[in-house]
Amino acid sequence: MTVKVQSEDFDVGAELAAMTGGKTGIGGVTLFVGLVRDMAGGESVSAMTLEHYPGMTERQLEAIEAEARERWPLDDALIIHRYGRLEPGDQIVLVATASAHREAAFESCHFLIDWLKTKAPFWKMEATPEGERWVEAKQSDDQAAARWTKPA
Amino acid sequence: MKILYFAWLRTKIGVATETVDLPAEVRDVGALVAWLKTRSPKHADALANSTVVKVAVNQEHVPYDHPVGPGDEVALFPPVTGG
Repeated sequence: MTVKVQSEDFDVGAELAAMTGGKTGIGGVTLFVGLVRDMAGGESVSAMTLEHYPGMTERQLEAIEAEARERWPLDDALIIHRYGRLEPGDQIVLVATASAHREAAFESCHFLIDWLKTKAPFWKMEATPEGERWVEAKQSDDQAAARWTKPA
Repeated sequence: MKILYFAWLRTKIGVATETVDLPAEVRDVGALVAWLKTRSPKHADALANSTVVKVAVNQEHVPYDHPVGPGDEVALFPPVTGG
C-alpha cells in the first residue's frame, strides 16, 4: 500500500510492474489515470496549478487507502497525486488496485478516486484566456462519493 | 494557535499562515471562523460565505461544532478539487 504526493511525473508502466512483480496471486489490476484537460466550462485551459496541504494530504490519502483495504480483498493499492504546474495532457493522478479478482479491483479503484476527489486537500487553479481562476467543487463529485457511504 | 489558509482563501486574505492568540470564549470552529472575520476587512470578505469555508483541525476534516484549543493546527480552505 503506497501513497505518493509529488511534483514529478510518473511512469504508469513502471508503477504497474513494481506493483505486480513477484506477486503471482494477483489476478487483476485496475488503473485510473487522471489527465489535465484543455477545456473547462467552455474555456480553453493553457495550464493548471495544483496546491495542496502537505501533511494532511498524505494522511487523508493513507486513510482512504486503509478504508479500501478494509472493504475489499486487495493485494495492493497505489495512489500517486501530483502538485504544482501542469499542462494539458499531463498526468495528474494515478490510482491502482490489485486483487485476486477483477470485481474488487474495479470497485476499490472507483471508490478511491471518488473519495479522493472529496477528501484529499488539493485545489486546482486554471489559467484561461480570461485569466487565472480557482476551480469550483462540483456537486456531482459529492454525489459520486456518497454512493460509497456505508448504510448506517 | 496556528491558522493556515489555502487556495482562494489564502489569496484573498493575503497570508498563508498566521499565529493568533485565541480569546477564551472561542471554543469551537464556528466561533473561531466568526472571530477570524473580525481581524480585517480581507478576512471578513474571504470568510463571508461559511458554506464554502471548510475546516480541518490537526489535519482532519471537521464540522463547525468541533472543539478547538490553543495548541491546535487549524486550516481553512474552499471545498477540495483534486483528482
